[in-house]
Amino acid sequence: MLEIRNLHASVDGREILKGIDLTVPAGEVHAVMGPNGSGKSTLSYVLAGRDGYQVTAGSVTYKGQDLLAMKTEERARQGVFLAFQYPVEIPGVTGVNFLKTAVNAVRRSRGESELDAMQFLKLARKKAKELGVSEEMLRRAVNTGFSGGEKKRYEALQMALLEPSFMILDETDSGLDIDALKVVAEAVDAFRNPQRAMLVITHYQRILDYIVPDKVHVLAGGRIVQTGGKDLALELERTGYAQFVGQAA
Amino acid sequence: MTAASHPDWLESLRRAARAKADAAGLPSRRDEAWKYTDVAGLGVASFALAEKPQGGPPEAVPLGDAIRLVLVNGSLVASPDTPLPAGVVVDRLDSGFSADLVQAHLGRTIPPDAKSLATLNSALFADGVVLRIGAGVTVARPIEVLSLGQAGEEPLAFHPRCLVVVEEGGSATLIERHQGSGTYFSNSVLEIALASGAALRHYKLQDEAAQAVHVATLGVSLAAGAHYDGVLVQTGARLARHEVHAALDGLEASFALDGAYLGAGQQHLDTTTFVTHVGPGGASRQVFKGVLDDQARGVFQGTVLVQRGAQKTDAHQLSKALLLSPQAEMDGKPELEIYADDVKCGHGCTIGDIDETALFYLRARGIDEATARHLLIEAFLAEVLERIEAEPVRQAFAAVVGERLQGAHATRRIDDHRQG
Ligand SMILES: Nc1ncnc2c1ncn2[C@@H]1O[C@H](COP(=O)(O)OP(=O)(O)OP(=O)(O)O)[C@@H](O)[C@H]1O
Ligand SMILES: [Mg+2]
Repeated sequence: MLEIRNLHASVDGREILKGIDLTVPAGEVHAVMGPNGSGKSTLSYVLAGRDGYQVTAGSVTYKGQDLLAMKTEERARQGVFLAFQYPVEIPGVTGVNFLKTAVNAVRRSRGESELDAMQFLKLARKKAKELGVSEEMLRRAVNTGFSGGEKKRYEALQMALLEPSFMILDETDSGLDIDALKVVAEAVDAFRNPQRAMLVITHYQRILDYIVPDKVHVLAGGRIVQTGGKDLALELERTGYAQFVGQAA
Repeated sequence: MTAASHPDWLESLRRAARAKADAAGLPSRRDEAWKYTDVAGLGVASFALAEKPQGGPPEAVPLGDAIRLVLVNGSLVASPDTPLPAGVVVDRLDSGFSADLVQAHLGRTIPPDAKSLATLNSALFADGVVLRIGAGVTVARPIEVLSLGQAGEEPLAFHPRCLVVVEEGGSATLIERHQGSGTYFSNSVLEIALASGAALRHYKLQDEAAQAVHVATLGVSLAAGAHYDGVLVQTGARLARHEVHAALDGLEASFALDGAYLGAGQQHLDTTTFVTHVGPGGASRQVFKGVLDDQARGVFQGTVLVQRGAQKTDAHQLSKALLLSPQAEMDGKPELEIYADDVKCGHGCTIGDIDETALFYLRARGIDEATARHLLIEAFLAEVLERIEAEPVRQAFAAVVGERLQGAHATRRIDDHRQG
């Protein structure tokens, strides 16, 4: 589903990704772990198409297409979804308006009919309830004044509404309390199917108990330095990254 | 023609204003208060003075259940036809019936400055309108003054004049809309006198014709415990200036005026305010937000003067502008002059760009860039529009803003296609 080849990317002229190779077949979940500043969020931004994240070499193929040639919104409409590590507060834009605009933009591009206000509200309320997002949060401005955990639930709600096929979860677990982590992680896990794939970026083993990965990659110094099965996450929990930090430099 | 019918006292007031205006001429950029805005340069001095329009009132839908007056080229063509609520008087300035009231208030809220365009208005206004809300009267229905500019081949000048007096403890909502077609110079003056405990909500939409020049002078005087709550939305005119003079004379008066403006093309939108705290314990708040595209230019000059006796004043002023194009320009000059020692005052001026992080977030959810920008601009202005309490008014004003934004995006999309 997603094939990253020799990906190099720079921000403000500084090279952060230094040759990433990563293939995620449909139906699989891959975890990405690695020390702070190793380039995990940078990779997620490059995949989502953020301005200022310049690809200097390499390629990314998504469902057989050149992902890097697509505009940000086009990638989202084709089913790429990034759950942000730091969701953005947008004062003045109400959640309902934002979510409805997004859902209908994606539906239009899939050739589906747009949802009217009533249909959308019904759907949003149902999904919100499943993820513990309150009615009050739906009415408020996007992420504005939300707690860290509320923001993460709200990312999960967007995922549930947009029904993407490739998800990048950038530390969706951080900020969630123990019960919320269970709710959100189980919702994500229920999303798994043979046509979908995901990249779960995390520092902790706990989320991987709910979303059991097919592979675990270690990203250090802008490269994938090790790949293993789900047990690698457990091992890292014990050993830390010291062995890789030296290796990457 | 109309001038001949004015009573003597009004006629002498006009003659004095005329003499002053003739001697002083139009303000130029050499005058400090007009440093950024060149109204004389647009040739308005040579525009013919509009005559009283012929024919009946134009068809136009009032906002909600508003009590409505219509001015065409500054002349009153439609008075409210329904019986007015008790305690409300709507009259022409020159009618004998309201002479005492008019004489007591006309020209009192605006400093006598020969060069101000208010002086020119005093010399040349046609009918003029006076609204009086009696003591203790709360008027539930808003009162709307609709000013239409109708110029044909020739550019026209006209000078709408309105006086609003709210007596002790009275309360009302005033809507002011300015629209039109053709090339014209609308030089309006609105004076608002609020007696003690009086309250006025004032919502103004300046959506003049694209070639119009709109200059408005607003004077507000506030006695003890009076409240003025205004929202000013500007989308129209080639050049517009909104000049405000507010005097918080009495104890614990409050004045709040927020504004939202959208400029594109060659538009020039100027907001100049003078807020004077005279009495103690007063509060004033001004939040102006502008969005400037293409070569549009915005000006915000705000002066807050806190006099010696105005202890415990709470005065805040903020100007924020979003520049959407590298050729757009914003000039800001906030000024605080404080002569009392126990006050809370603040001001700020920011000029920025669309928040790129927010734009990315919206696009990452499948929303196209034009729509995402539109959402963010509307959000930026929402804080101001949300202060309009009357639902139909808020919706109507927001719709005009929305159409403007949509229009701008439509042209941009066409340009994109041409380039791509
Ligand atoms: N705009 C920028 N200019 C310069 N350097 C940047 C910029 N943005 C990110 N970086 C740098 O890129 C590196 C990778 O950052 P990134 O956010 O991808 O790390 P991460 O692996 O997600 O870390 P964490 O685990 O803390 O979330 C860091 O050293 C960071 O300081
Ligand atoms: Mg990160």
